[in-house]
Amino acid sequence: MHITDPSISIRNLKLSFGAVEVLKDLDLDVAQGEFVVLLGSSGCGKSTLLNCIAGLLDVSDGQIFIGGRNVTWEEPSRRGIGMVFQSYALYPQMTVEANLSFGLKNAGLPRDEIARKVAEAARILQIEPLLKRKPAALSGGQRQRVAIGRALVRDVDVFLFDEPLSNLDAKLRAGLRVEIKQLHQTLSNTMIYVTHDQVEAMTLADRIAIMKGGQVLQFDTPHEIYARPSCLYVAEFIGSPSMNFIDGAVAEGIFAAPVGDIALEGYDFAGPPGTGPARLGIRPEHIASGPEAEAMPVRLETVVELVEPLGSDTLVRVGVQGQSLWVRMDGQAVVQPGQALQVGFAPARAHLFDKATEARL
Amino acid sequence: MSEPASLSATAAGADAVAPALSGPRGPRPRKRLSRANIIVYGTLIVVSLYYLLPLYVMVVTSLKGMPEIRLGNIFAPPMEITFEPWVKAWSEACTGLNCDGLSRGFWNSVRITVPSVVLSIAIASVNGYALANWRFKGADVFFTILIFGAFIPYQVMLYPIVILLREMGLYGTLGGLVIVHSIFGMPILTLLFRNYFTSLPEELFKAARVDGAGFWGIYFRIMLPMSLPIFVVAMILQVTGIWNDFLFGVVYTKPDIYPMTVQLNNIVNSVQGVKEYNVNMAATLLTGLVPLVIYFVSGKLFVRGIAAGAVKG
Ligand SMILES: Nc1ncnc2c1ncn2[C@@H]1O[C@H](COP(=O)(O)OP(=O)(O)OP(=O)(O)O)[C@@H](O)[C@H]1O
Ligand SMILES: [Mg+2]
Repeated sequence: MHITDPSISIRNLKLSFGAVEVLKDLDLDVAQGEFVVLLGSSGCGKSTLLNCIAGLLDVSDGQIFIGGRNVTWEEPSRRGIGMVFQSYALYPQMTVEANLSFGLKNAGLPRDEIARKVAEAARILQIEPLLKRKPAALSGGQRQRVAIGRALVRDVDVFLFDEPLSNLDAKLRAGLRVEIKQLHQTLSNTMIYVTHDQVEAMTLADRIAIMKGGQVLQFDTPHEIYARPSCLYVAEFIGSPSMNFIDGAVAEGIFAAPVGDIALEGYDFAGPPGTGPARLGIRPEHIASGPEAEAMPVRLETVVELVEPLGSDTLVRVGVQGQSLWVRMDGQAVVQPGQALQVGFAPARAHLFDKATEARL
Repeated sequence: MSEPASLSATAAGADAVAPALSGPRGPRPRKRLSRANIIVYGTLIVVSLYYLLPLYVMVVTSLKGMPEIRLGNIFAPPMEITFEPWVKAWSEACTGLNCDGLSRGFWNSVRITVPSVVLSIAIASVNGYALANWRFKGADVFFTILIFGAFIPYQVMLYPIVILLREMGLYGTLGGLVIVHSIFGMPILTLLFRNYFTSLPEELFKAARVDGAGFWGIYFRIMLPMSLPIFVVAMILQVTGIWNDFLFGVVYTKPDIYPMTVQLNNIVNSVQGVKEYNVNMAATLLTGLVPLVIYFVSGKLFVRGIAAGAVKG
């Protein structure tokens, strides 16, 4: 995807803390009004990247453009960004109103304009009754709303969120997630959102950047990331429960594995079909079982090892030739450990990765 | 039809619960006179006696007349309470040249302590804030030097500072002593403030920067209001330290502006006439009163400060 007028553009960004290289030659282009989620395991440099964009960390090398302007050496307050933190970071001794107006006062705005903007933000976020309270007298959800408000009043083009919902309980998280999505649709400004949570990433993002070790592995729409992971790490990382892998080797359209030869009919190779050691991945939800398996091109006779009922569906671990596979079955399915079960899948739904380079084949 | 069935069911349920009701329930009973308690309270009582007894003797003696003291019962309460020694200690006792009691030293000490405390806390808090939040170049070196400074014995620096002050024309002045106190308070206070500011959530500082607040804006609007407890701690440290100082006072000032501690020493050690124990005791108590008051007043403030500051960022 080529972007002609990027809202944020990061070029060859490097950042080291002493000898530790946290960000390694990172490039990223975010379109105007796009909702980008940075997703990755702990310590991969998501917060560091966000802090670099915000100007809270000095970069070691590279450039950052926001709205076409080179802001690499610019102060955080003059980059046209608003930031929301995981711990809310509300000024504890100020009322909600003072929290919201702090940035505007620093910018030297006239008093009536500050009042107007604060009132507007409070209306959008429905925190009007809370304006006179101190942060200590707010619930977690209310605090995070105020924190979003603090970014909102500043009329910025870019919102940066660093795990804004991870301190909240599951129910509140789901509610606020919807609100953030709604907010993005109303405001339509660019948002960069850091999270650990796959569900948040999949539901919110226009595009997801999967990060590992200070690099972006794949930057694509949620659907592409799920359907065509570009490498083994992404394939493993996305999806819950995670993908099943079978070790083997590819040669002439056949994947040879201990469970038997699998004809790769219908598999969409990323390049010219190669040969050599490879891993085949198949998601639990793409493995059919019982009568439906009959219709599948690839069929395996397995034995049920473990059953995990989840209510809406049931996760079943099956074994075949010393290989374990997780299968997602309907919640109504009746299965017992020890029972024989035929499973099957379509190679079109599978993923092949080179064993050495871990790249998609 | 269903009623009898449900009744019998509840009865059966109650039967099942009955043995549970007779077991332990509610707060666990605690033995008042357990061995641990005896040891803890015993130690506390002995230690407090150890500290309170001399104080008791001082207070009692300071309220007695000289004839009564000569009887020798130092633990006996005064037969006739008199405040004469206190008045004398405050306004009449002789120290070397002049005979206007401790009052002169008291005001000198106030004029030394107040600016020293304000100056040292003001500078150290900004230092600590800069070290904690603005990791400027050379911050680590600066901090190491500062900490090292805390371990240099005062005696080593006594004479060099005399020369330094003389060269600056401040030797023997109040201003000179204030500067000396401020400098010597710096390492420990900076450490105190740095550690406190480091413990405040970093995201608060980041949020303020995104909101466009600068170095001083963040210091005065964000950090200061959150730091009352540590300021009270620093104040207690400094007031008691500077008020009780004897060495710097005697070395760097002149008799006219001797602090209270030096004057107290002169009164107690004066060799002329009879030893007036009651006046000496009263003078000592008067000198110790200021740190004592500070402890009592700010102790409360301190607790309140901690409670008020205990807001999750
Ligand atoms: N001030 C620092 N000095 C040295 N190393 C640091 C510093 N800050 C972060 N790091 C290192 O940089 C790496 C990336 O940290 P970062 O906070 O960006 O991770 P993250 O992806 O946000 O993780 P999480 O999801 O846990 O928040 C980590 O390995 C961390 O140890
Ligand atoms: Mg992080």
